[in-house]
Amino acid sequence: MLKGNLILHLYRKKGVRNAILAALLAATAAMPSFAQDWIRTGTGLGVDKVRLAVPEFKSSNADLGSTFNDTLWNDLDNAGIFDMVSKSFFPTSTPGTPADVKFNDWSTPPPNASMLAFGNLAVSGNSMTVQGWLYDVKNVNSPQVLGKQYQDTATLDAARKTAHKFADEIIFRLGGGIPGIAESQIFFVSSRSGHKEIWAMDYDGKNQHQVTHQGSISLSPRISPDGSRLAFSSLTRSGWDIVMFSTELNRVVTFPRYGGTNLSPAWSADGTKIAFSSSRSGDPEIYAVDASGANLKRLTSSKGPDVSPVWNRKSGAQIAFVSGRTGLPQIYIMEADGTNVQRITDEGYAVSPAWSPNGQFLVFSWIRHYGPGAPGAQDIYIMDVASKQWVQLTHDGGRNDFPSWSPDGRHVVFQSSRAGGEQVWTMLADGTNQKPLTNSGSNNQPNWSWK
Amino acid sequence: MGRDTEEKVKQQKLKWMMLIFALGAVMMLGACKKKPPTPTPPPPPPPAAPTASLTANPNTVEKGQSTTLNWETSNATDVSIDGVGEVKATGSQSVTPADSTTYRLVAKGPGGTQESTARVTVTSPPPPPPPQPSATEEELFSQNVKDIYFDYDKGDIREDQQSALQGDVAFLKQHPNIHFTVEGHCDERGSTEYNLALGDSRASAVRNALVQGGIGADQVKTISYGKEKPFCSESNEQCWQQNRRGHFVYTK
Repeated sequence: MLKGNLILHLYRKKGVRNAILAALLAATAAMPSFAQDWIRTGTGLGVDKVRLAVPEFKSSNADLGSTFNDTLWNDLDNAGIFDMVSKSFFPTSTPGTPADVKFNDWSTPPPNASMLAFGNLAVSGNSMTVQGWLYDVKNVNSPQVLGKQYQDTATLDAARKTAHKFADEIIFRLGGGIPGIAESQIFFVSSRSGHKEIWAMDYDGKNQHQVTHQGSISLSPRISPDGSRLAFSSLTRSGWDIVMFSTELNRVVTFPRYGGTNLSPAWSADGTKIAFSSSRSGDPEIYAVDASGANLKRLTSSKGPDVSPVWNRKSGAQIAFVSGRTGLPQIYIMEADGTNVQRITDEGYAVSPAWSPNGQFLVFSWIRHYGPGAPGAQDIYIMDVASKQWVQLTHDGGRNDFPSWSPDGRHVVFQSSRAGGEQVWTMLADGTNQKPLTNSGSNNQPNWSWK
Repeated sequence: MGRDTEEKVKQQKLKWMMLIFALGAVMMLGACKKKPPTPTPPPPPPPAAPTASLTANPNTVEKGQSTTLNWETSNATDVSIDGVGEVKATGSQSVTPADSTTYRLVAKGPGGTQESTARVTVTSPPPPPPPQPSATEEELFSQNVKDIYFDYDKGDIREDQQSALQGDVAFLKQHPNIHFTVEGHCDERGSTEYNLALGDSRASAVRNALVQGGIGADQVKTISYGKEKPFCSESNEQCWQQNRRGHFVYTK
């Protein structure tokens, strides 16, 4: 921790960003239960990435093949744990089956790969078969790490899904046993239908589709840990209510109305409780309730807005939230029963906390220096909850808000106005590899599924 | 100057009109004189008795409306209608009696005098339909009730808004039947969720101040729009101030 503090001071100077990230992450790595996640986050932090070669799968159908190959490549590249061998280094002949593999071609420079993912895609009538292998090319005697066969309908959608599945298998094997996220979903708010409705997309921005049809204003989507229900806040005839949508029934299901303005629902990691903000008593306070809506309990009682609660995803024992009790909004943490409230940001305008899957970190949106005439940038920050050390993750201007963690804790999705209108962006949790996932209409408040 | 000139013009016009009138009178007199007298008077027949008839159409009007009198006479040299004056032997004229009136036509001639009457009944207009109370109240509401503006990130009512608030209280106290909503609005800065909570605080602050001032709690509802429905969409302080407000909306 002392080392961390030292580096925190150095952080103000240029060029030590990686140093503090390494310190922040190394501190975590020192804690046995979380070590695995963050060693493998490896994004130039001194941890070697696995050098992976992914030649195109041989395909009898050009459209299905290119969709599959693009999706697989992006999934593995996005994972953040691989050093992808550039295609220009590939030998002239690439394998479609194990018999075709020439180990030396891959294990020596220029590819110099440790791992090779390859396979083929065959179409027969309406059916598609994909065979995929993962080979440790430096272990010639027993190279096979993975061998999979998938069957699905011969559609582009199925080709994408199959690629996600195979990518997740590879990531699971090579990423320290943490399941991949290629099959995960991101829920978000989009106004492209004319109303702010909840939309969903694959984690890579594909397959964007409208989920709700409330016809008013719907905000703050939060998918349940098992993915079966989507809680959000919507303007109804009686005001702002928490609305519950069943992703299985594809419709809104009943949930109590509590009166007042009800905002920002958040699921506990075990899926049994929801925390949210309600002004039913006159002032916006944090409440917790069973997932059924019963057993409402008030957790805060302070003048000023209390909003945006989020549970510690590891322990479920704490809730982080935003409060304006001392003026500009700051991030606070309390026990899940409302006791032991601590403020963890010390200045500026801090909102939208999101707790990492390992319980160790908060990401949040912060205008650190806010004052009249000095509207600072609004950026995403990551904080180690125990030490309160933080690192800035976005630096590219615009308003960056509503960060949400990927299930594997390696990625953060957020909204940014850096390119003009608000869009959903993704990045690795160390702030690298930032890229937009949406570009049509106004899209914000992303929420990553739990698996 | 302008008024003097106008006056002169009016006087000149009057002079001209009088002149024309006089000229016309002289010419008519002249014409009468030129009529040749009947050469040989026949044996004087017994003078015929005059006839007269007067009708009013319609004979019932609402106050302020006019009706038309129609009359016919014969064998009369001197025809008049009470309240109208001398008239021609046959004619019609529009009248607008203030109250119910019986018009009397008198036709006098060498053969005697004949009268005819027509009654015009003047009814009071039906009481105007009661003005839509909601429309009037709504207009009054929008004319008299002023929105309350807030400082950045603040949910308490600032000093310079107190007079507007007192004005609102005074008006709303006089109209205890008006129901309305106070909408809490915020500027575009900051997070969607926090702004919705802040907008709720603003709406509640206005509502609480009104209720403290004696407005019935059941008259006023609140809703927060956060930064979802801005009044102004530019990114400057002037616009942001427009968006940081408790906005009054008439509901009944």
